[in-house]
Amino acid sequence: MGSIFENMQGVPLNHYIWFCAIIFTIGVIGVLVRRNAIIIFMSVELMLNAVNLLLAAFSVHHNDASGQVFVFFIMALAAAEVAVGLSIIVMVYRNTQSIDINVLNRLKW
Amino acid sequence: MITSLLWLIPILPLLGFVINGLGRNTLSKGAVGVIGSGVVLASFILSVCFFFELSSSVEKQFTVNFFDWISVGDLKIPLSFLYDPLSAIMLLIITGIGFLIHIYSTAYMHEDAGFGKFFAYLNLFIFFMLILVLGSNYIVMFIGWEGVGLCSYLLIGFWFTNSNYASAAKKAFVMNRIGDLGFLLGVFLMFQVFGSLEFAKVFPQSANMLQGNDTITIIAILLFIGACGKSAQLPLFTWLPDAMAGPTPVSALIHAATMVTAGIYMIARSSVVFDLAPIAQNIIAIVGAATALVAALIALTQTDIKKVLAYSTVSQLGYMFLGLGVGAYTGSFFHVLTHAFFKALLFLGAGAVIHSLHHEQDMRHMGGLKAKLKTTFATMMVGTIAIAGLPPFSGFFSKDEILAHAYQFSPVLWGVGVLTAFLTAFYMFRMMFLTFYGKFRGSHHTEEHIHESPKSMTIPLVVLAILAAFGGLLNIPHVFGGNEWLAHWLTGAKVTQNHLELDHTTEFTLMAVSVLAAIVAILLAYSKYVKKADIPVADEAPRTALEKLSYKKFYLDEIYDTVIRKPLDAFSNFFYKIIDNKVIDGLVNGLGWTTNEGSKSLRLLQSGNVGYYIIMMVVGIVALLAYTYWFIA
Repeated sequence: MGSIFENMQGVPLNHYIWFCAIIFTIGVIGVLVRRNAIIIFMSVELMLNAVNLLLAAFSVHHNDASGQVFVFFIMALAAAEVAVGLSIIVMVYRNTQSIDINVLNRLKW
Repeated sequence: MITSLLWLIPILPLLGFVINGLGRNTLSKGAVGVIGSGVVLASFILSVCFFFELSSSVEKQFTVNFFDWISVGDLKIPLSFLYDPLSAIMLLIITGIGFLIHIYSTAYMHEDAGFGKFFAYLNLFIFFMLILVLGSNYIVMFIGWEGVGLCSYLLIGFWFTNSNYASAAKKAFVMNRIGDLGFLLGVFLMFQVFGSLEFAKVFPQSANMLQGNDTITIIAILLFIGACGKSAQLPLFTWLPDAMAGPTPVSALIHAATMVTAGIYMIARSSVVFDLAPIAQNIIAIVGAATALVAALIALTQTDIKKVLAYSTVSQLGYMFLGLGVGAYTGSFFHVLTHAFFKALLFLGAGAVIHSLHHEQDMRHMGGLKAKLKTTFATMMVGTIAIAGLPPFSGFFSKDEILAHAYQFSPVLWGVGVLTAFLTAFYMFRMMFLTFYGKFRGSHHTEEHIHESPKSMTIPLVVLAILAAFGGLLNIPHVFGGNEWLAHWLTGAKVTQNHLELDHTTEFTLMAVSVLAAIVAILLAYSKYVKKADIPVADEAPRTALEKLSYKKFYLDEIYDTVIRKPLDAFSNFFYKIIDNKVIDGLVNGLGWTTNEGSKSLRLLQSGNVGYYIIMMVVGIVALLAYTYWFIA
């Protein structure tokens, strides 16, 4: 059994791309079809992580570490975003007793 | 010669303008009068001194260069004066007659609230007129040319609260502008051809060109159009009779003696150029003769004393142009001189009549003033005889010199000239008879208050009467054993002159015919207006067709109204109502309307439904990606 590096290289790049595309699409569809704010939030995380994985895969493929540096940035960003987003959802719940996004139909003008 | 002091002559009136203009509300009327007249008197004295210096000097042309005013590439326009016999005489006319009229105005305008303003304008006018005649190139001349136009506008509209007077001023200004366009184009073309606008460079160069050269002809015609506007020739003369809206001294100074002769001065100055353009000369002669005749015909039936004089001025100016056209430059200039004397005299006399009748200008309400206004009557009679051309008064000599040259050029033009002289004698004596003979026809109240004008008005009249009587002695023709002093004097200014080749018998015959015509006209006028006491009928009363044609001024104003003003109005209206209101406003308003309406419908996209926003976002991103995939990558 070789290193993680070698294992990753063992899988062809195409597989990563298809895998990430599927996960990303699942995220997009989740965002589009669900009305529960928390589920939408989770779907967004899914999209972010699909991109992260793809970055890591390309980083290895091209033998360039900068792609992985990006991944760290995105993770840090996602953590911050989750903190803010969850607190918004908490506030929404407090105000409307619901986390259904269709209740928030006054976000206009 | 101390030509370096030449600048004092125009600067003094300018100084008077500044002082009177700034102090118009604070200075007393006495002070304004003294300053206004004093500066002109000082200029006059200087002009006289310079005149004598010039006549004793061998050199006859002095150019005084002050500084380079405009210097761009090849174009160099210095501010410089040319002092030569021609400008010397003009200086004497302007400052001399100007001074007399200033004196006269101190009494005539005494009751007017705008006394200070009036003198400021008069001084400014003198300044510009002096610049006009002193300039040594066409641009400096043009400054004066425009300046006198401005002063004319200001003074015609002096009583601007009367809207008729204000529009008369506008009319004068606009019609002058039409002429000025021609003048300017002529000057531009001249610069293109000669590369300079200095008289001293243009004239020697043009002397090398062929006679009848197309370019020269065009230049001459363009300059003549300028002169047409300023000197009130057909078809641009209708402003001058309306210009009588101004105070009478203004009519005397600007619209009889000085400004309107600027066109003749300009052509006499450019005589070298005009001599090379026979076509332009023919046009000038024909236009001049036509103007002289038409204006004289109109003057026959006018009832306003100033209008008669105005049309007479137009007619006399036509005479001068006739003279210019037939090559009698000195003859025309001589007529400018004598006309300045007798027409200023006649206007001032008319002003004295109007003054003593409390601003009554209609001759139908005058009559019988001979006994009450003795000095005015006597002096005006001198002026009338002079303009009628009876020997030995000044008008006789100048008019007959023009007529003799016209005869040599073409007997038809001479015929028109004699006919005009006949009409002139008739309408001038008609005016005299209606005003001074018969019984007074005004109200009883006015009659009791008729009084001779004060000394400050009669003295200028007397001085002018002496000049009008004896001014002709300046240029006694050879046929009378004279030596034609003025003609010799003007050769120093390089004013060309056609030689008169008629034998003495012909010359005497011509004179006899014109004098006889004048005498017959006077007798006719006497029998009609004194013997039969035929007073012109009221405005609405029926007239014969010919009389009406003359009374209505050949309907020229109406014709211009229909041919020029109305189409122009319709054109402007079209642009205002269709192009501006519909097209341009429509474009601007349409743009605003589109934005408004577009936003109204687009606003509905923002429904407030979060799910919908997200879908739109995804659709947008997918669209961007698709675009990138298909069109860019």
